[in-house]
This record gives sequence, C-alpha cells and structure tokens, in this order.
Amino acid sequence: MTVLEFQHVSKAFPRVKGQQLLRTHIVRWFGEGRKQEDFYALKDVSFRMQEGESLAIVGRNGAGKSTLLGLAAGLTNPTEGHVHRTGRVGPLLELGSGFHPDLTGAENLMLNAALLGLSRKQTKGAVEEIVEYSGLGEFINEPLRTYSSGMVVRLGFSVAIRIDPDILIIDEILAVGDAAFQEKCRQTIDSFVRAGKSLLFVSHSSGKVREMCKRAIWLDHGAVMMDGDVSDVLDAYEGREVLNNQV
Amino acid sequence: MWSGEYSFVLRNLIEKDFKVRYRNMSLGILWSLLNPLIMMGVLTFVFTQIFRNSNVTNFPIFVLCGMVPLSFFQIAWVSGTTSLLENAAMIKKIPVPRQVFPIASVFSNCLHLIIQVGLLLGIVVVFGRGVNVYWLWLPVLWGLEIVFVIGLTLAFSAVNVYIRDTRYVVESANTVLFWLVPVFYSFSVIPARYHEIYQFNPVAALVLMMRTILLDGQAPSMHTLSLLFLVSVIMLWAGLAIFARLTKGFYEHL
Repeated sequence: MTVLEFQHVSKAFPRVKGQQLLRTHIVRWFGEGRKQEDFYALKDVSFRMQEGESLAIVGRNGAGKSTLLGLAAGLTNPTEGHVHRTGRVGPLLELGSGFHPDLTGAENLMLNAALLGLSRKQTKGAVEEIVEYSGLGEFINEPLRTYSSGMVVRLGFSVAIRIDPDILIIDEILAVGDAAFQEKCRQTIDSFVRAGKSLLFVSHSSGKVREMCKRAIWLDHGAVMMDGDVSDVLDAYEGREVLNNQV
Repeated sequence: MWSGEYSFVLRNLIEKDFKVRYRNMSLGILWSLLNPLIMMGVLTFVFTQIFRNSNVTNFPIFVLCGMVPLSFFQIAWVSGTTSLLENAAMIKKIPVPRQVFPIASVFSNCLHLIIQVGLLLGIVVVFGRGVNVYWLWLPVLWGLEIVFVIGLTLAFSAVNVYIRDTRYVVESANTVLFWLVPVFYSFSVIPARYHEIYQFNPVAALVLMMRTILLDGQAPSMHTLSLLFLVSVIMLWAGLAIFARLTKGFYEHL
C-alpha cells in the first residue's frame, strides 16, 4: 500500500529581502516593473513510498530536503502538484523546537506531547515510559536551559516516538546524542520499520543512511537526480561530490 | 491529519505562558494588582484635583471600571498579534493547527483579568454600592469581550506574519484607544451624535455596562448588550475566516 505519494510537486518560496515590512508590500503592489521572482525549492518531484519502506533523501545543503520533509509532514502545501498521505505522520524535525528553556523537562514533555497530537489520557499513561526511555532520571525536573544539547534530543526523541506514527519523518536529529542513545534510537526505528511502518530519513552521514534505509532519493537544486537502491544512489551522489570538490 | 486534543494543547500552552511569566517576576501576581492601582491613583489625582470633574461621584471606582477592561484588551491584543512569530519554531516543525497559538495567548492574559476584576469587585464591595443581582451579567459581558478579542487577535496575528509592522499599528491604536474609550470621562459628556457609534466599540460598550452594573446598580442596556453580542460574533467569524485564508502561507513567510 502506498502511504505517501508526491505527484509532480513543486514548491516556491517568495524571495523576500530581509523582513516583511509594509514597505515591501507597497512596493510589490505598485512597482510592477520590479516584480520579484519566486525561488523554487522543489521542482517537479514525484515518488511513492510503500508501507514498510525506509527511504532516505540525500543532497547538498539547500537541495530541498527539508522542504520535501515539510511537505510530507503537512506543514505546508505544494505550489504545484499533489501530496497524498495515508495514516498518521510523526515529524521528528529538529527535536525540541517546541521546548521552552525556563520550563522543566517534565513540563516540556507534556507541552510537546500535546502539540504533537497525544491526548491527555495517552500522555498521562506514557509519562513514565517516556522519562524512562529518555534516561534523564532526576534531570527531568530541572529547567531545560540546564540541559546539554544531547539531553534535549533525548527528551525530544522520547516524546516524539510515542505518537506511534505510520510514517516516521526524521531530519538529521540523531547526530547530537551520544553513541549509546543513538544506538537505542536506531533500534527503536528499526523495530518501527519491521512492524510495517514507513521511514523518511534525512542525514548527511552516509553510514547512517546505508544502515537505516534500503532506498534513497538524491535531490539537487530541488530536482530528483536519482531514485533507487541506497548504495547505487549514494555511490553516484558521493562520486559527484568528490568531482565537485576537485574542480 | 493532526489528531490531538484542542483543549489539552490549549491548556498546556496557557500553563506554559503562566509559568514562564511568573517565574521571571519576583513579585509575581502582585504586578497584576499594582498596575491598575497605580493608574487608578494617578487618574484620580489628575481628574479630581487638577481637572475637576464634578459630575462623577466615586471617581476611583469609575476609573477602575474603565482601566480593567481597557488594559486587558490592550495586552491581549498586542501579545496575541505577536504570538505566531514567537512560536515560529513550533509552527515550522509541528503540524499542529495554528489557531491554537493566538487563542492560547488571549486566554493566558485572562489570569491578569481575573485578578483585576477581583480587585475591582473587592473595591466595589468595600467602598461602593456592594453586590447586586445584576452582577450575574458580568460573566456574560466578559465572555463576549473575550470572544471579540480572540477574533481580533486571530486576524491580526495572521496579518502580522506577512506585514511585520502590524504590531506597531496595534501599539499605536492602543494609545489612541485610551482616549476613545470612556476611561476617565463619562458617557454623558459625549455629544449625542456620537453615542451610537461609541457603543459599537466593544471596549467602550463593556466599560459603560460595567459602570451601569457596578456604580448605578442597574441592569445593562439591552441595546448596548446586543450590539456587543453582534460585534463580537462577527469579529470571531471574520477572524477565523481571515486566519484560515492566510494560514496557507505561514510556512513560507515565518
């Protein structure tokens, strides 16, 4: 079964210089001659992801990877084309982005769980397990500003994984935790995929990509360069990067 | 596609605002009491000692009936307007319905409001006319005011994403509002030809009805009340509609 499908998806962003001020809008209304061109972060991207599939997106900075994940997670709509999704999406994008430094770990846990879509009942029932999984121990009652970046990721991952999504979307988040926690996350994600859930994964570490995914899509300047077996795609992508660096 | 509980999200966002605000204030909730009391003192001094205002009795309560609704309105409007920008990090990463941010922001200012209304009612009981049966109207009036502010805030927060000057427009409008809402003058001194239009301003309508109930011990004017109802419901509808239209571009513009 297809859980995620992109049909000729393009995504444009307005080119705005600096802030969005009233002046900018007035200039745009009256200054017909200086119309600003939109910037296309994705151009005509099509692919399908099946149930139980693990798909990596690779590419350089600014290739459109995060935009693709944002569209997959339903954070924004495509400018052209369609995104079809079945089932619950678990976006683990920049863990802890909803965290507040003055709240304790436990308070942030509740807030984050609510925002991610857990009900009051589900959250109450899961608090202990989340704290246990995070391995934060007594630090859970300390304000978040005393946490190291690794601890923030631990808490963020432990909450986000609780929403039990059908499609797990992960954006370069596991790079911060220590080796033991990274391994724990990897095992959890593995068991997800084995249970028939799908994984959409972005990472700059090709080792991680090979380890987690069977299929990869290589994006360059918003367009799909290659879509296929993870080692073929990575070989092609990395070969190209080596060439680019030599030039 | 987002399958969470609105009430649970709202409660958590409101609690977050409380905790963050009061942990960073050594006097905590006392600030909510001090601010209107100082304004009441200053305005009473100016308008009973300097500009004598003989047609108003019990000026401190009179002024407080104006200050409490106005200051809630001002704070809720400004903080609601900037709420989407402040929560941009969440909006760009978590597919939660974006309406929750301005709505939570208005509700978290309701704690101030409850404290200040409590102060006002306490002063009325001790120094004024005491309790009367028309007090039962107060929750209805405040409920309508909150409905209005939520509608207004939804619209302004969404526009503020595209035009960042909106915030300063709101701040200027708030300064003007201090003069256009009958805070330190009474409705009776306003020329009759402006009466009708004055009552369309929901803050002014609320101030007038609060005074009718708390100072005159009478039922609020049904005419003013129905105008407040009408304006609040239309504002909420318009706010939701504007927000729904503008929300599509938040990801690109935040």
